[in-house]
Amino acid sequence: MATQSADFQTLSRRYTADKGFRAFIQKGLSGYYQKRDQNKANFQDWQGARDLAAETKYEAVNHLDKYLLEFEAKITTRGAKVFWAQNAEAARDYILKVAKENNVRSIIKSKTMTSEEIHLNDALEKQGFGVFESDLGEYIVQLRKEAPFHLVFPAMHLTRGQISDLFQKELGSEATDEPEKLTMIARDVMRRKYCEADMGISGTNFAVAETGMISITENEGNARLTTSLPKIHVALLGIEKVLPKLEDLSLFLPMLATAGAGQTMTCYNTMYAGPRQPGEPDGPEQMHVVLLDNRRTELLADAEQRDALGCIRCGACLNVCPIFKNVGGYSYGTTYGGPIGSVITPHLRGLKDWKHLSAASSLCGACTEACPVKIDLHHHLLQNRRNGAKASPSPAEKIAFGGFSLMMGHPALYRFAVVFGRIFQPLQNLVNGTILDPLRAWTGSRKFPTLAPQSFHEQWKKDRGSKP
Amino acid sequence: MRISLFVPCFVDQLYPNVAWSVVRVLEGLGHEVVFPENQSCCGQPPFNSGYWDEARSAARVTMKAFRDAEVVVGPSGSCVTMIKVFYPDLFKEEPDELEARELAAKTHEFSSFLVNVLGITDVGAKFDGKVTFHDGCHGLRELGIKSEPRALLSNVKGLELIEMCEAETCCGFGGTFAVKYAPISTAMDEVKCASILKTGADTVVSNDSSCLMQIRGMLEKEKSSVRSLHLAEILASK
Repeated sequence: MATQSADFQTLSRRYTADKGFRAFIQKGLSGYYQKRDQNKANFQDWQGARDLAAETKYEAVNHLDKYLLEFEAKITTRGAKVFWAQNAEAARDYILKVAKENNVRSIIKSKTMTSEEIHLNDALEKQGFGVFESDLGEYIVQLRKEAPFHLVFPAMHLTRGQISDLFQKELGSEATDEPEKLTMIARDVMRRKYCEADMGISGTNFAVAETGMISITENEGNARLTTSLPKIHVALLGIEKVLPKLEDLSLFLPMLATAGAGQTMTCYNTMYAGPRQPGEPDGPEQMHVVLLDNRRTELLADAEQRDALGCIRCGACLNVCPIFKNVGGYSYGTTYGGPIGSVITPHLRGLKDWKHLSAASSLCGACTEACPVKIDLHHHLLQNRRNGAKASPSPAEKIAFGGFSLMMGHPALYRFAVVFGRIFQPLQNLVNGTILDPLRAWTGSRKFPTLAPQSFHEQWKKDRGSKP
Repeated sequence: MRISLFVPCFVDQLYPNVAWSVVRVLEGLGHEVVFPENQSCCGQPPFNSGYWDEARSAARVTMKAFRDAEVVVGPSGSCVTMIKVFYPDLFKEEPDELEARELAAKTHEFSSFLVNVLGITDVGAKFDGKVTFHDGCHGLRELGIKSEPRALLSNVKGLELIEMCEAETCCGFGGTFAVKYAPISTAMDEVKCASILKTGADTVVSNDSSCLMQIRGMLEKEKSSVRSLHLAEILASK
């Protein structure tokens, strides 16, 4: 299955050729950079905060056995049901079972990338359930039958005009390019859906072991409605989302808001600790928490890259990644795009089919620098390359680098090869940039440098003799 | 000080003047420069592609060439990163791990060596022109070099430094990435060249010839009048 790699080549070629699209993405992110930096400056010590966040995540990820059980025990005492899903299928089946047993007809969702990972909407719709996304961006891409473009900004690739056209076509609304009006159009539809829905499915930003709570942070208030109006609330989360203590949120909530959206704090921050308790007037009658492994434990077993489980899905690495900014979210073909996706997808979905994403990087390290929990992202790309070359070496590369190491291992041979290269360079000039040019991948867009008539080695020898 | 010169393979073959400029600057400061001739390539291309066995073969030649060196200086943030940051990883649990670590400790990127080891920010250079500086990613993020080249440039007589808006954004070279994913590499190059042109500078300078090869490749293809020079070439100008 080399198709994922070929698809990436095709899509990245298409997106990079579209300069208007690239400029649109860049412009969209420029406001984010400014606000992110302002809010980073509000931290007493942003680097110190990153160190603390990395330490806290290290503790949590290395003691998942302890913290997940603590979380389960605490939230269960208040009546929530916890389901441990080994894989995507188990998670989907459980949610379907709950829906069927309770005669659910309509389902509303707030933002959850984990549900994208397990292709939950597909599974629910195939069984006849109506599924509605309530996050505005998610709703827009759902209407377009697309996946989210970005972890945090699902519809960042669309202009207001495109959204207006979509709403006119799908919802019969009037044309407008005012964001407020577009939001109101979606809200009108959405409010009805909240009242109709008998199940709400949410993601989870953090699970707190100490108190047995989940934390959801959002800007639209849609998650609050999704989790509290329907009679059943299902919260879906990867097992890596657990934090040891409640006070950890005092660091992670502002950090996620800053790194993810350039905000001081997200507008709505809510803790959910179980279904409606006796004597409470509202809230869901049932709360189900689905803890998803789906090969996260394989990443946990990899001591080199385990820190990638510290990811809080803020998307900061995507926002600074020059690859993402030029190829966009859809080129990757993964649920999680950008640097973090290139690192973890080979672990979650197989190295052989997804190692090309680790090669598709200049290893600039902007991602690692931006990561609030200090995941060593770009070095993990190098490790994936090494693991990929070891598991299934490319025959052409094996020969090329075998020859390379032979040549570089014997300096005399290297110098001979260079003389050979100098003879052939004029021949390359004859075919420069054409289909016959062996260097076309470079020369198509860039001038190829000319070999110096004499190398430094030769010049030094001539000039300085064979002085040691 | 007796300084052993590390000349990356592509500087050796494509840009010998960069290596000579380093020699002139260091000798001008009264140091002795030696060039161990049995050096070839640091091994970064196979290392970055995942072929670590092949990378070790090349790296061992480099390690042998500099075994007796007191201090090693090279004009490339990227190739120095290979030695300084990645050799210890590459040789982890290998019999020559200690030698790799020793070489890593005594190897320095040119601008960092001048400023942080020799404590010099003024080499007495003179260069008339408007210059913008591109931070190579390896030098910047692996070695933490940011202020050093700027400190050196600020003391060059006649030189006006104009910062570009995305100095820290990658030029898109990335070794084999530049040909394996040429459309992406090209797009990144376009972004970088646009930032350079926007400054109105007549010269783009970096402490990495590999970035400059990528940037120059596009500027020349587009027939731009902006030229590119290695930091050492500026510092060797009188």
